[in-house]
Formats: sequence, C-alpha cells, structure tokens
Amino acid sequence: MTATRVRKRARPNAMLVTGLVGLTALFVLAVVAPWIWGDRADELGPSVHLGSSGEHWLGTDALGRDLFARTLVATRLTLELAALATAIASIAGTVLGTLIWVSGPRVRAVGLRVVDVMISYPAVILALTIAAILDPGPKACVIAIGVAGCPSFARLTANLAASVAGRDFVATARLLGVPSLRLMRRHILPNIAEPLLVLVSVSFAHSLMALSGLSFLGLGVQLPDYDWGQLLSTGLQSLYTNPAEAVGPAVAIVLAGLSAGFVGDGLAARAASTSGNSAAVKPGSRKASASAPVATGTDHSVPDDAVLVVSDLRVRRPDGTALVDGVTFHIGAAEIVGVVGESGSGKSLTAMAAARLLPGGLRAEAHALELRNPGAEPLALAAPGRDGAAVRRRLATEIGIVYQDPSASFNPALRLGGQLTETLRVHLGVSRREARERAVEQLEFVRIVDPEARLRAYPHELSGGMRQRAMIASALLTRPRLIIADEPTTALDVTVQAEVLALLRAANRRDGTAMLFISHDIGVVTDLCDRVLVMYAGRLVEELTAAELRDGHARHPYTKALLAATPRLEPDGEADGKLDAETGDGLLAAIPGRPPQPDERPAGCAFADRCAAVLPVCRDTPPPVRVLAPGRTVACHLPETGAPVPVQAGPKAGRHDAAVEAVG
Amino acid sequence: MAVLDEAPPWLGFAARRLGGVLLVLTALVVITFAIVQLMPGDPARVAAGANATPDQITRMRHDLGLDRSVPAQFVDYVGNLLHGDLGRSFHTQENVADIVADRLPYTAELALLGIVVILVVAIPLGMLVAVLCQNGRRRRLDGAFTFVTGFVGSTPEYVLGTLLVYVVGIKLGWLPVAGAATVDALVLPVVAISLGPVCTIARIVRRETAVVLGQDYFRTARGRRLPARRLYLRHALPNLLTSTLTLAGLLLAGLLGGTVIAESVFAWPGLGTRVVEAITQRDLPVVQGVVLVLGSLACLINLLIDVVLGLLDPRTLSGKAAGS
Ligand code: SF4
Repeated sequence: MTATRVRKRARPNAMLVTGLVGLTALFVLAVVAPWIWGDRADELGPSVHLGSSGEHWLGTDALGRDLFARTLVATRLTLELAALATAIASIAGTVLGTLIWVSGPRVRAVGLRVVDVMISYPAVILALTIAAILDPGPKACVIAIGVAGCPSFARLTANLAASVAGRDFVATARLLGVPSLRLMRRHILPNIAEPLLVLVSVSFAHSLMALSGLSFLGLGVQLPDYDWGQLLSTGLQSLYTNPAEAVGPAVAIVLAGLSAGFVGDGLAARAASTSGNSAAVKPGSRKASASAPVATGTDHSVPDDAVLVVSDLRVRRPDGTALVDGVTFHIGAAEIVGVVGESGSGKSLTAMAAARLLPGGLRAEAHALELRNPGAEPLALAAPGRDGAAVRRRLATEIGIVYQDPSASFNPALRLGGQLTETLRVHLGVSRREARERAVEQLEFVRIVDPEARLRAYPHELSGGMRQRAMIASALLTRPRLIIADEPTTALDVTVQAEVLALLRAANRRDGTAMLFISHDIGVVTDLCDRVLVMYAGRLVEELTAAELRDGHARHPYTKALLAATPRLEPDGEADGKLDAETGDGLLAAIPGRPPQPDERPAGCAFADRCAAVLPVCRDTPPPVRVLAPGRTVACHLPETGAPVPVQAGPKAGRHDAAVEAVG
Repeated sequence: MAVLDEAPPWLGFAARRLGGVLLVLTALVVITFAIVQLMPGDPARVAAGANATPDQITRMRHDLGLDRSVPAQFVDYVGNLLHGDLGRSFHTQENVADIVADRLPYTAELALLGIVVILVVAIPLGMLVAVLCQNGRRRRLDGAFTFVTGFVGSTPEYVLGTLLVYVVGIKLGWLPVAGAATVDALVLPVVAISLGPVCTIARIVRRETAVVLGQDYFRTARGRRLPARRLYLRHALPNLLTSTLTLAGLLLAGLLGGTVIAESVFAWPGLGTRVVEAITQRDLPVVQGVVLVLGSLACLINLLIDVVLGLLDPRTLSGKAAGS
C-alpha cells in the first residue's frame, strides 16, 4: 500500500558488462596465447623451480619452463573443455527437458521428479563415477561434467515450457492443432531463451571449476597436456619451494569463474529489472511539496476525551516527497472514525502512522500525533528514534491493529495460540495458562467455534474469514483504547465482510473501544462509522458525520463522485453489487482518470483534472480548508461548499441508530 | 476450509520421502553395477593385472562371475550388497567393506563439521547483514558484503585449500597442512570446504531475510512491539530457514563433492583420496563401493534437510506450496 513509485531504472548493468569484458578477454587469450607464448611455455630452461623474477613473473617449474607463459597457454585447453562440457549439458539437458514436457502429463510428473533427484546428487561424485567407467582423461571428464549438468537444463526447460505454455498464443497454437514438438521449437524455445542463457553462463562457470578440479585430482587432463587445474596441482606440490607456481592457475580459475558468474548474474538482474520488479525509491530530486496554505484549525474541536489526536500529519519518503500532506483529525472516546479514499490517497499510511508502524524509509512528522489516556501521559506516535520498553508496552497494549489481508498477516510457521497470546505474555507477563484462557474468551466473542483446537492450529488450517475474526480477537486481547483497522474487509468475500463489520461494531459497544477504520468503500464506511474523513492525494478533502453522508449532505465534488460511483449498501446488510472488493477499481472506473502521483501533485487542487465542477482558480490555488462546524470541514473552491451547515448536524448526531441496526 | 481431522499429514510426507530415498538407492545400485558392465575393455584383464596370461584372465573372469549373464550378475551383486559384501579390491585384495569402514569416518567427520560450520556462520551472518541494511541503509556494508561473498563464493575449494595451505600452514605455520593425525589438522580442510558455501548461503539468507522482513506477518509481529531478539529469532528465522534450506539443500549435498576434492589438497585419509587412487588404478570394486556409500550419504543429507523443512513449516507436510 505504500505510494512509493515503481520506477524502471535504465542503468547500464555493470555486472553484465564486467563479466562480458572478462569473458571476451579470456576468449581472445585462448585464441592467441598458444601462438604467442606457445614456444616459451614449452622451452626447457636451465634454472628450475625459480621464484618470481623480472624474467619469469611466476617463476619456472621443475623443468625450467616459464610458468606465466604456461598459465596463459593453458587458457585455450581449459576454456575448450569447459565449453564442450557446457555444450553437452545444455543441448542434452534441453532435449531431455523438451522430451519430458512433450510426453504428456503423467510421464512429465515422473520425469520431473527423477530430474529433481538427479539435481540433488553431487555432480562431482557423478563425474567420478563416469570418469571411473571411461578411463580417466579429458574426454571422460568432459562427458562426466556435461552429463552432471544435464538435469538443471532439463528442469529449467520443462518448467519454463510449462509456464510459457499457459500463455494465450500457445493455447491458440495448440487449438489450431500445432504438434507439441513444433510448438516447442517455434513458440516456446524462443520465449525461454533468456533464462536458458543465464543458466548457460552459470553452467560454464561450474564446468570450468569442476573440470579444473578433476584435473587437479589427476583425473582430467594428463601430461604432457596441461590445463589450469593440472598446473595448480603441480603448484600445490611445490608450494614450499616456489609458492608463485600456484598463483597463476589459481588466479586464472577464479577470474574465469567470476566472469562467467557475473554474466549469469547480470543477465538475471537485467531480466528481473525489465519485468519491472524494482521498487526503487527515486534518489535525489528533493521536490518539496507545496504545503497547504491553511493549516487546518489546530485544536479547535478536540474534545477532552479524545483518544487519538492527529494534527498536521505528514508522511514523507526519504526524498522528501509528502505522501500524506497535512492531515488533521481526532477520534473521541468510543467513536468510530472512517477514512475513505482511492488507493494511493494516503489513507493506509495515515493509519500506519497512527499505529507507529510505517514501512521502512517513510517518516512521519506532525504538529501532534498522540494517543491520549486519562491515566497517563499522552503517547507520542511520531517521535523520532527508538522506543524504550515502557513505550513499546503501551503501544502494544493500548493500540490493537487489524490488518488488511488475514491470510498474509499471521506467521505461517507458528501456531495461532502463540501468536494471539504473544502480546499478553511478552508485555504484561501473563502466565501461559491465563493467556490461553483469555484468548479462548476473545475467540468465543468473535464466534469461533472450538477455540481451544484453533489455538493449536496453524493459520493455513483456518478459512480466510476465520483468520480475520481471529485477528480481531487478537487485537481485542489487551483491551486496547484504540483499534486501527486497515481495510479489514477488503480481502474477504461479501458475506464474511458483513460478519467482520458486525464484530467490530460489537467490540466497540462492548468495550467502548475507539476505532480508526480505513476503507476504499464509502458504503461500508457510512454504515459502520460515526464520522467520515474523505482523503484524496494525501489530503483531507471533507470531514462529516456518517448521518450527513447518509442524508446526502456531502459537499465536496470528490465525495459526491465517490457516492455516485458506489452502489448503496442496503439497510439489511445484503450488499448487492459491491465494488470490486480486491482493489476498489470500481471507483476508478466510475470516476474518470487517476489521482496524481505524490511527486506530481499540482499546485492547485489535486482533483482538478477529474472534477466535473472545476473552476479556473482550482488549477493553481490550493483550495482553502473551510471549517463549517466542529467536525465538519471541506476543502474546495466552490462557493456553495462553504455555505453554513444546518445546526442539527453536530459531530455525534445520529450516532449508531441506523448503523447498528443495519448489520447487527 | 479447515482441514483438522484427517490422516496425520506427516504420514503422507514420510511415504513420499521414503519413496524418493528408495528411488535414489535403487538408481545408485544400478549405476554402480553398471560401472563394471559399461567400462570399455575387459574388466577381468584389468583385475588380473597387466602381466596376466590369458589363462589367468579366464580364471579371473570366472572368479568375478563375469562369464555369467548380466541379469544373473546383477542378482549376485544385489545379494552380496544385502550381505554387506562389497567385493574385493583388484589391487590389494582387501575387502572393500573394510576399506569403506576405515575411510568413511574421516569423510563423514569433515562433511558434517562442514555443514555445521556453514549453517552456524552463514545464517547469522546473512540475517545480520539483512537487518542492518534494511530499507536501503548502510549501502556500503551491503556492497562490501555482496562483493566479498560473491568473490569467495565462486572460488573453488581446491583453490581456497591451496591458499590456506600456503598462508596458514606454510607462511604462518599455525596449523598442520596434511594428514589427520591431530585434531587441529581438521581446521584447514573444514575451512576450505565450508568457506565457499558459507558465502553463497549467507547471500541466500540475506536475500530471504529481506523478503521476510517485508512480509505482512512480520509487520504484524512488529505491531506487537516485540524485543528485537524475539522478533528476528521467532518471527523471521523459521520462515527464512524454510526458503533458505530449500535453496541451500543442493549446496549442502554438493558439499560431499567438495569434500572429495579437498581431501586431496590436505592428504586427508577419507573416501575421497581413496576413490581418486582407485580410479587412477582402475580398481573398480573400490570405486563401486565408495560411490555407493557417498551417494547414500548425499541421499541421507537430502532426507535430513527435508525432515527439518517439514518440522519448520507445517505447510510442506501437507504438500501445499508455501506462500499465498
Ligand atoms: S477545488 Fe475545484 S477542482 Fe478541486 S474539487 Fe473543488 S471544484 Fe473541483
């Protein structure tokens, strides 16, 4: 839900470039080295086991041959063998994978299972086996390493083919009766070339190291031929006399492996970034947002019994862009306040700021952001720095949070009981037994049957609705002063939504818990809440009571558009024609256009581009925030929005009455 | 819907895993049997030695049962295996079972210590870096970590081993560089085989931790304002271990391969040095026996990882895919 913008960065991929440069250099070396240094590498010299010197950079070996030249010359054989092994692995593996994929579902399942088992078998041991069968030597090793690399290619090919095969054009081709093999060759292989290429480079690195390893063991390249592994093994033996002897081949092996690995990583990173998955926060570009000229009245209407006080709250990204821009409101004791708006309006960030639980990197600033408690000091929620134990305890016990997606908000690896009772046990030192008893009590309150058994269950063993009710029970366990519910019904289907709303209302009535309820659904908000805040592009555009909203007294063009776009929730709770519950996209369909991005908000009214009533002044002057009555504000240039409000519509008028009966 | 009262999920899990193990063991037996069948040339000639007369070779062929049909030989082979008979070395006439019993403890010691070191070092290291660098903080530390682990992680164990022998063993003279006579002789081989995997797995842990820290359930845990230790150990560790072990399982099983190679660097008297010797001598029964044992070990490590995964994540037991 963060409004952090996803940006593709067209940065040259340093890793890929480095890797390619390294590999190219090695291949050039492989071609030219034997011509240039070939003679020198085989030339027997008078001085054996010479240390490093100006003439022989890496010294000489047991026969007086120059080791630097030998290392360079060995490049060709080493790379040749590695390339051969990679070729065997990729060709045989791709063919195997293709065969597995085209051979029907039953064989495919078994084939993939076998491939998995093969992958989990150490390649070196397989290579030793094959080397034993074939008589040690470079041929045996290349075949061995090639065969050992096959399963990875087979699995990748089969998996990718399966994923590509699900796409439309392949389905169409199949409908037209294109045979499987041809489908593979013409339509699928071209589409999976990139991941295969990544694997080829990784596999080349692995082959090179494994082959050098086998030569190092004396099973690969045999004298008088030599590759890096063979040179290294001789180097190891003369480590006491001439340590420089091992340096050349060791460095060469590492560099070659690194280069090939870089190419693989770089290709993979590029593939990942072109598929647009980097949620990178744009660096630099300190674009100070134009602050609202009118600070909404400071404490003009905050009652003494307020539980949450928010004054001029701003939530900023690291680059300074304000995602929430000057929001002021309060929640009275036992009051349910709803915040409604499209996604990206800043409503969830407002809630998370109030919960002191902003995603990393975002920071909250406010004139005041505090949780009030008659028996204690106000708890500052926007204070910078770390919280001490006492503050943490108050945060954990005085604020209960109900999150949006119940299936993702419980830890899948832990039993429900431990998660529900954790706050009690950690912060209040309640004994295990008592904590469980209290958890059972709350689970009964949210109408979960057989609560003892549920406490022993894992989250995945419960249905989505049950998980959200358990989440509510968890939030209620410490008898908090405030419950913050961030789109608690969005991920649920309609019937379950009604249950969850009824539970929240029941909790509010039983404990007098104040509530901050976030939703994109103005119908639900009207129904549940006492007062409603409408947010657009990080700011409050209207504040009014639910009764006024119900009676059609909304004044801001955006609120009106929201209402017009929303089918009303019927009084009996049967929500017919709810919005697309997942995203609230129904709203966007009904109000043309999209809200501006946080760093592109205009100087004037952010709604101007979509507003039917837009005036010339709207474009460059921010609309004034007009306080019509306590708890009744509107931010718009239209003159009629500033007209005096009828007296009876106070902040608490019409509280509950209709709302309670609606779903109760 | 809730599925609470069905057959215990671990039953199906155990059945599936046992099936996998049997499959691998069967394949191993077939492959090791095939070593003798597939080798080009005449195993009997190899067994009898270079200077054997045709007569001796014929006798050897008969002794080894190579003159019988392939299925009959296979039945014999399996029967002998079940009796713990792995045959005799062509060269020393020793019992292969004795050779294995003699060498296995050294290799197992090295590999198990390696696994312990890898897990004990890589997991805290990766978590620490991930926690310190979350939300793009401490970019320099992150860069250094990525660079160093990338570099060391792609350095093969025989290169690392050679380097260690030179620096620690020869230059500094702190530790013995060969043999297994003393306890401190273990240090360098264990470091050599575990350093690379430590780096690679620490990178995996770093990435997986970052994923977990961004999960909704981790935010729920943060919302409970738990002390840092409880937050990371209880709410992040089990989840990141699941994904990490799934990815790292291959590396841990592959560690056996690294051990085989590293043994040669340090003249470690384990199965690795013995099998290399046997391969160069074409001592097929020894190769067969060692490959069988190493393969079973790899299979055992995989099984252990699966069991740990099952314990960590209840969802893997029921065969459901993790994640939402
Ligand atoms: S200020 Fe102007 S553009 Fe904005 S909502 Fe009011 S009328 Fe529309």
